[in-house]
Amino acid sequence: MALLEVKDIKVYYGMIQALKGVSFEVNEGEVVALIGANGAGKTTILHTITGLLHAKSGSVFYNGKEITHTPAHRIVSMGIGHVPEGRRVFSNMTVLQNLKMGAFTRKDKEEVAQTLENVYKRFPRLEERKNQRAGTLSGGEQQMLAMGRALMSRPKLIVMDEPSMGLSPIFVNEIFDIIKVVSESGTTVLLVEQNAKKALSIANRAYVLETGNVTMSGMAADLLHDEKVQKAYLGE
Amino acid sequence: MSFLSYLINGISLGSVYAIIALGYTMVYGIARMLNFAHGDVIMVGGYAAFTCSMTLGISPVLSILAAVVVCTLLGVVIETIAYRPLLEAASPLAVLITAIGVSYFLQNAVLLIFGSNPKSFQSLISIPDLKLADGALNISGETIVTIISCIVIMVVLTLFVNKTKMGQAMLAVSEDKGAAQLSGINVNGTIALTFAIGSGLAAIAGVLLCSSYPSLSPYTGAMPGIKAFVAAVFGGIGSIPGAFLGGILLGVIEIMAKGYISTQLSDAIVFGVLIIVLLVKPSGLLGKKIQEKV
Repeated sequence: MALLEVKDIKVYYGMIQALKGVSFEVNEGEVVALIGANGAGKTTILHTITGLLHAKSGSVFYNGKEITHTPAHRIVSMGIGHVPEGRRVFSNMTVLQNLKMGAFTRKDKEEVAQTLENVYKRFPRLEERKNQRAGTLSGGEQQMLAMGRALMSRPKLIVMDEPSMGLSPIFVNEIFDIIKVVSESGTTVLLVEQNAKKALSIANRAYVLETGNVTMSGMAADLLHDEKVQKAYLGE
Repeated sequence: MSFLSYLINGISLGSVYAIIALGYTMVYGIARMLNFAHGDVIMVGGYAAFTCSMTLGISPVLSILAAVVVCTLLGVVIETIAYRPLLEAASPLAVLITAIGVSYFLQNAVLLIFGSNPKSFQSLISIPDLKLADGALNISGETIVTIISCIVIMVVLTLFVNKTKMGQAMLAVSEDKGAAQLSGINVNGTIALTFAIGSGLAAIAGVLLCSSYPSLSPYTGAMPGIKAFVAAVFGGIGSIPGAFLGGILLGVIEIMAKGYISTQLSDAIVFGVLIIVLLVKPSGLLGKKIQEKV
């Protein structure tokens, strides 16, 4: 059974249909990438999974349970972490306060302290700047904070929305290295990226989206060498 | 000596404004809406305390508690029924107009129940006056209690926001509702909690106000409500210390203007000062600069 199963979801913004029946699944331990152009519906999919949006029809199953209509704040405690597009850290709060917000649903204080240690180990820069206001961090550091915040809930599945957007090439590499480490430590990753080449190089499988539909899917390595994908998304 | 006495009265009146302004500023900070019915919640608090102490003969402390409970529940009910369905509405004006509607509703509901005759509110505060400088300076018990209440409320609220998990959740919601939800914070619950706190404080403000100015009518809350709104904007809306500073300054300016310039012009002077402050510093005295992110 897949850890996450998305079945034929149709999502609307008012009158406009953003997803026209999207289905895919993510198995435990995988890194799955969703690639596609602007407006293809990638962010909408992630929002529908974590409950910021709800599908008009179709369903989302996580760990065998239907979460199609579960509100976002409950989904967090079920084990899905979301690193939103544009980072969206709480810029007037300190780095440490941001990380603690990530553990908002957890009651086990000592284990939260342990998770915080782990996050600091993974992102030493966050520890150095823990008392700094998040708004004063650089873009790359904010991205790390957004990831750290999501990891604080100790998710089984982490969904990441354009984590490399707007970052310098050095930070882009660093962020992808971190995603690899997160995955190797046992967290399942669903990744949305415009940087298709990078995404496909670290993913196991991938889905290609076009205007609200999945048009291709397969092993990431195969898609990386597929002529159509190369033309449309890899600029080769 | 009259200067000192004006100053103390101003701080006392300002303390009431500050407590009311906290309700405006917290709700604005979190729900991004102006709750223009807030002033009328004060009035309901006054009537609740009046009914308990005068009609039912309950002790002052219990009457105040009852007023707080009534207003807290009222705040949550107003938020749930009137505002929550509109928070996602296309225009923020919809909520604003609804708030004005709620304001009229509360005034007229009280008018229907208690009639239009002003009630004479007997002070619930039984602390003796403080006479200083051989009786040249007389500070009433109400004044003392009002100022102390305001300081206690400020300290407790600041600690709550900065030190507790729920307080931090409020800050998070005020910054980014979506990101707060993704952290597992129940945004609707947090907004309701904010209304509950703001309305509970309004009840205390109502009791303090009516104890110092002992006439209670369905329109008692309207003017202090607007003044406190001005205080919140003056101090920087969304900022808790700003509400405190704005409230106290507004109270002092009002009483000084009444004492030294003109009773009739005092409100004009208060609003004049607001206009000047907003011209110089549009976000208010302690307001955050609005950053435009690219």
